[in-house]
Formats: sequence, structure tokens, C-alpha cells
Amino acid sequence: MDEYGTSMRKSLLIGIGTLAIAIAWVWTAGSAEESGGSYGLGRRATDEEIRAWNIDVLPTGEGLPPGQGTVKQGAQVFATKCAACHGPTGTEGPKDRLVGGQNTLATSKPIKTIGSYWPYATTLYDFINRAMPFNAPGSLNSDEIYSVIAWLLFQNGIVKEDAVIDARTLPKIQLPNRNGFIPDPRPDVR
Amino acid sequence: MNEGSKIVTRRKFLQHSASAFAFGAAALALSATKAEELKPVDDPMRVPGVLPRPYGARSPFEKQTRLGGAGPGAPHGWGANAPNNYNSLTPLQDLQGIVTPSSLHFERHHNGVPQIDPSRHRLLLHGLVNQPTIFTLDDVKRLPSVSRLTFLECGGNSWDGWRSDAGDFTVQETHGLMSTSEWTGVKLSTLLEAVGVQRDATWMLAEGSDAAGLDRSVPLTDDVVQEAIICYGQNGEALRPEQGYPLRLLLPGYEGNINVKWLRRLKLGAAPFMTRWETAKYTDLMPDGKAYQFSLVMEAKSVITSPSGQQEIHPGFHEIRGLAWSGRGRVAKAEVSVDGGRTWQLAHLQDPILPKCHTRFRLPWRWNGQEAILQSRCTDETGYVQPTRQELVKVRGTNSIYHYNAIQSWRVERDGRVRNIYA
Repeated sequence: MDEYGTSMRKSLLIGIGTLAIAIAWVWTAGSAEESGGSYGLGRRATDEEIRAWNIDVLPTGEGLPPGQGTVKQGAQVFATKCAACHGPTGTEGPKDRLVGGQNTLATSKPIKTIGSYWPYATTLYDFINRAMPFNAPGSLNSDEIYSVIAWLLFQNGIVKEDAVIDARTLPKIQLPNRNGFIPDPRPDVR
Repeated sequence: MNEGSKIVTRRKFLQHSASAFAFGAAALALSATKAEELKPVDDPMRVPGVLPRPYGARSPFEKQTRLGGAGPGAPHGWGANAPNNYNSLTPLQDLQGIVTPSSLHFERHHNGVPQIDPSRHRLLLHGLVNQPTIFTLDDVKRLPSVSRLTFLECGGNSWDGWRSDAGDFTVQETHGLMSTSEWTGVKLSTLLEAVGVQRDATWMLAEGSDAAGLDRSVPLTDDVVQEAIICYGQNGEALRPEQGYPLRLLLPGYEGNINVKWLRRLKLGAAPFMTRWETAKYTDLMPDGKAYQFSLVMEAKSVITSPSGQQEIHPGFHEIRGLAWSGRGRVAKAEVSVDGGRTWQLAHLQDPILPKCHTRFRLPWRWNGQEAILQSRCTDETGYVQPTRQELVKVRGTNSIYHYNAIQSWRVERDGRVRNIYA
């Protein structure tokens, strides 16, 4: 992983150690009654079953399906499927503003959008695929999702108008606020 | 309707019996089926009461309800606002003790409450495990079980506290996105044992089967592995649909959002999955433009639930009542001030004082009719002291939306009206 992941890992070293101990403990405790700590409940998931449910998309791009989309196609998808809630240009609402707001995070009126706040472009695929459009989640195909991502990134000034978004190009896109997050430092108020 | 018709059937049977008593009792059972129309009798000692009912309901005289909410700055309530509501708030001012009745547990969902047939629900564990496994609900229920009382608080509870002006709010509006239940289920460690965890697994994606497909990354720290529960029980019965029926994740002390409801999948991985919920939302924006991420623990907090916002009190005796809690462990003490924080008195803590659970505190008080500013302050077993609003805002500014845990101030005005203020 990146710097952030590394530092999170460091902070988790103790947790991992304890996890190992915890599992070893449970394993030992369980083995007195159940061989291998198994309760004989549940059944092995088949690869096909896992594929059907395994819809998450990681920052590495793992989980992104085949397909592709362009800014031009995305404009059409957005106008028909998204604009009613997010406004014609992704700035008007009434629901979450998606475009603009860069350089506002440290002001008294921060505008949090994909372009100003989101750290990972891959998250767009994960979220749109599972949750959008709000009234018909899961109804967009992968070409439509890649397209609408292309349009949103273009509107935010992150890709050029001729960009093609797919499983190869999306993880390579660096969003402006990629380094805007720090691991929880609390307790921070004394 | 089914219940009603069953009773009628039994009533017909009873009417065939020669017993005048059975006949009279059956007539009363009819009225019991219309509990909302019950009228008080002049003398309850002179009229036989109603018969047992299949599923109980509170007295028709009790009217406390959840309050609909639509986010920071939006009006609360049902009525015309209802279509905009995506949460509901617990009426803390009306509740006793620490347990929240399931019907009044706060709600926050991200695309409605799914209606799930438990016989078709499955939980998949996969990713960095030795044996990817599918569990039915019956499988989960047969595994060794645990029960635990814990609070659940939305990361955005008290978000109006970040506003520059103190609205004229009730405690339901300021703190109602939290509740306490007894939760029952199987420990995460039991499930992990069953599937075998691989060495690199340090994070776990939890995913719900609602229309939002809500997904969150859970760090597999010692706290999480030891304490997390995959729940199917709430206050002795099945989870309510609003609380994740038939399965939810419970992470004691962590912000509500990560306690994924309608749980269908747990995937172990070597890094956080960086979902929308833990990047674009549920991160705390600081004044310098950076944001805290994976700020999961709900820090120590307390609030006086009575007297509280919009109530009216009269001079004389009052018991100051409130709740204290900490996502890091037990409440060590709760203090109360009636003079805006100049002096503090130790409040009595009601047993049980459980880790990561609401604790009820009380302090007797005689109001003399002069203006008073009531506050409470929680210290948890780690020594952490609940901050004032000033201290909190000094560090975090006012744009972080989540995790507002400052001392709450209620001003008792000379006419007895209680008002939310910043002191």
C-alpha cells in the first residue's frame, strides 16, 4: 500500500499481534471439543457464489469489471439518471454536490465534492455500482458506470475530454485530495 | 388482523360454554384488541380488567415517539417533512434507566429499511480466510452465543452543536441519535475461528444487503476481534428491521455507521477498502483542511435528560437525571454543575456501570427560581474528561460534522423554561 496504508499498518501491529494470539487462543480452546475449531456449521462457498457477491472495488483496482466509458457517453448517462438529484452540472443539487469546491476545505464554508474531497477514484465505481441511482440501485451496466465516472472526473478538471475510463485507467487517476486524510489522532482535545 | 380473528374464534368457542364468566371475559377480550380505543374506567377496582394479549403494547396514555430528522440544519419532525427524513431520534427526555425500548431505538439508514425473508438471508465470509463459508441464519444462531448491553451512537449525533448558534432544541434533537440495547449474537472471533484467518488479514469489509449496499472497512484490532458481535437479538427478541433484521454487526463503542445492518458479507483483506462511507463521509474535516479518517471511537460524553430543552419546571425539588457513556470503556464519574461549570458536584451513578454502555446518573436539586445553567461532565476509566464546547471547537473548528461530544448546557430561565445554550 501507500504511505497511509503503511502507517495504518504500523499502528495496527499491536492489533495484529493480539489478533494472532486471540485466534490461537480460540483455536486451542475450541480444539478441546471440536476438531480444528470447527463447529461443523456453514458450508464452503463456491467460486461462483463468491463472484456473484464480491462487488467491492479496491484502490488498487481489484474488483473492477470489464467495460469502458467516455466523457461524451457519461454526459448522456448523467443527464438521464443522475441530474434530477445532483443538478445538470453536478453542482446544483438538491442532493450531494459532486463537482467543484477545490481549495475550499480550509475555509469557513468547505464544499466537499469528488474533485475537492474524495481521495480515491476507484471508490466512485464501488459506490455508484452498488448504490446509485438512488431510486434504482444496481441498474447501471459497467459501461454506463465507467462513462458517468469519466464525465464526473472531466467536470472536476481531473481528466481530459477524450479520456477513456476502464479497469486499467481508473486506478491510475490521482484525485486532488488524495493526501488530505490523517489517521485518527484522538484523543486530541485536552 | 390475524391475531384479532384468532381471538374471535376462541371467543366463539368460549361462548358455547355455559360459563357466564367466560362469556364476560370474552367480551372484554374484544375491547383488548382495540387497545388504542381503551377508555379509563371510573374505578378500576370495580370492573374486571382486560385479558392477556398475544403481543403487548404500551398504555394508550403513553405517547412518546421518535422524531424524524433530515440532517444538519434541516427541520425535525414528521408531517410534511417526513419524505425528507433519513433518520429518527430517540425521545431521551421520556426514558428511564438505560435500555431503549426497541420501538424507540434511533434509526439511520441510507436507502430505506429492506424487508428481508430470514430463510433466504445468507452471510458470506471470504477473502483472506482458509475456508470461504456461507452461513444461514440458523447456522449463525446455533453457534456459541453472547449477550451484551452497549450503547449505539450515530457518528453525527449532536451535529447541530457545531453550528454557530444554539438552536432551541430538545434533548431528543441534540442527542437522540443514540440508544442502548441488549444485543445477542455470535462473537466475530467464533466466526473467524470457523473459517480460519490468514496471516495478512488486518482489515475486514462489512457489507449490508440494503439498497445502499452499505460497506465499511473494519480494522481487525484486538478490541474488534475480542468484542465484535454478529447480532440477531435485540432486547430479548429478534432485531427490529430498522436495526438490521435478521443480522447486523455490532462494534461496541464505535460510531453507528460501521455497525453494518442487514449484514450479508464479511471479506478479510490486507488494507482498508476505502469505501465512500469512510472517505467522502464519516471523516472529520479540520480547520487546516485535513480530515481525520477511521475516527471510529465515540469519545466520552454525557447529557442531562431532565430537566432539558423546552421543558418547563417549577421551583422546588427536582432530580437531575442524565446519561453518561464512553466508547473507550466504563464511566468513572459523572459530575453536574448548576452554575454553568463554575462548580461541580459528583452525581450518583446507577448500577450497572458497564463498559461502552449508557450509565444513568442522578443528582437531587432544589431550584430556587433563579436563572441556572445545568451541565454534566463525564470522565471515563481511561481518565479522558469530556471537553467544553470551547475546548472542542478550538481544536477541531466547526466543519467536522461528526463526533461532537462537548458538555451540553441547559439554561433554566426565571420563568422555568429550559433552553439549549452554548455556555
